[in-house]
Amino acid sequence: MKRFVPFPLLALALFAMWILLTGFSPGHVLLGALVALIVSRSMLSLQVEPPRVRIGWAVVRLSGIVLADIVRSNIAVAKIILVNPPDRHSDFIELPTQLRSPYALAVLALIITATPGSLWVQHDANRHVILIHVLDLVDEAEWTELIRDRYERLLMEIFE
Amino acid sequence: MIQAPDLPTWAAIIIALLVLGGSILTLVGALGLIRLPTFYARVHATTLGATAGMAAILLASMLCFSVLQTRPVVHEILIALFVTLTTPVTLILLARAAIYRDRSENAAQVPDAQGAKAEG
Amino acid sequence: MTSLMLALAITASQILLGLAMACAAFRMLRGPRAQDRVLGLDTLYLTAMLLLLTYGIQTGRTLYFEAALVIALLGFVGTVALGKFLMRGEVIE
Repeated sequence: MKRFVPFPLLALALFAMWILLTGFSPGHVLLGALVALIVSRSMLSLQVEPPRVRIGWAVVRLSGIVLADIVRSNIAVAKIILVNPPDRHSDFIELPTQLRSPYALAVLALIITATPGSLWVQHDANRHVILIHVLDLVDEAEWTELIRDRYERLLMEIFE
Repeated sequence: MIQAPDLPTWAAIIIALLVLGGSILTLVGALGLIRLPTFYARVHATTLGATAGMAAILLASMLCFSVLQTRPVVHEILIALFVTLTTPVTLILLARAAIYRDRSENAAQVPDAQGAKAEG
Repeated sequence: MTSLMLALAITASQILLGLAMACAAFRMLRGPRAQDRVLGLDTLYLTAMLLLLTYGIQTGRTLYFEAALVIALLGFVGTVALGKFLMRGEVIE
């Protein structure tokens, strides 16, 4: 099974996308399965390290937290744009991170950037430090704590 | 150009609120593009339309076609997935390009690379 | 009655999205730097995609949905290529 379908999650996602775009019929199920198998096998030649993902309660909790944060920070950023408070201070901050898996770091980058008000700029792989830009910076220590307790713990549970 | 599909009252009210809310949020985000002073601040404004605005209008579209064809329509999830995965990637890439250009010109208010070559 | 209210709401939101596109176009034309223009273009195509979706709701046709999907995909590739160009001065190394 593992040799036949090296990336089962990718193959499943490709198959679901094919069915959604073309409609459900026996011919398209066959064609979609073929495409999913061939394309996911072509990933082998890129020689990526297959991710170790533990799908469980942590994934659900992380998605819930991210959704709530996106809604909350949308309102906050909209307020900043409309009112434009004069004492607003936006700056770059550096945060230490304990994440080592490239997949976990990629997901963290997506989460931080998708949330309005914070923007991932770069990751220093030697010092294990990430640089982010914050629109409304009040307290640097608060951000370090927030990223570590809210996201990093759950991401480590999922990926490491 | 004033026309709309025939929908039951509850669906029409929900769709109207979702569409209006989503477009207002997107407009606020685009206004931020004009009002905010620096490039790094403007990047935050774009995310507004790409997350909440997109989600609200896609939800309205899903609801509308589900009620019209009397079966659940999940095509919109594909757009939502593409946009939520691709917008952060483009914004990160743009921010990295901007900080690279600012550093090579020794602009103020931009932290330097601190020796080691960074990986993003 | 509800149909009229929905029609007005959709038309109003189309006007709002059009204004948002004007703001993005302003940033794209004004600059001041190249990255600001690319950011304006990014916002412009995202908003255009949302506008197409509201047309889809208005007419009840799924054709607009396909167009929105194509815009989302091509816009992503375009912005990535432009971002890469800003960084290295060439798109394909």
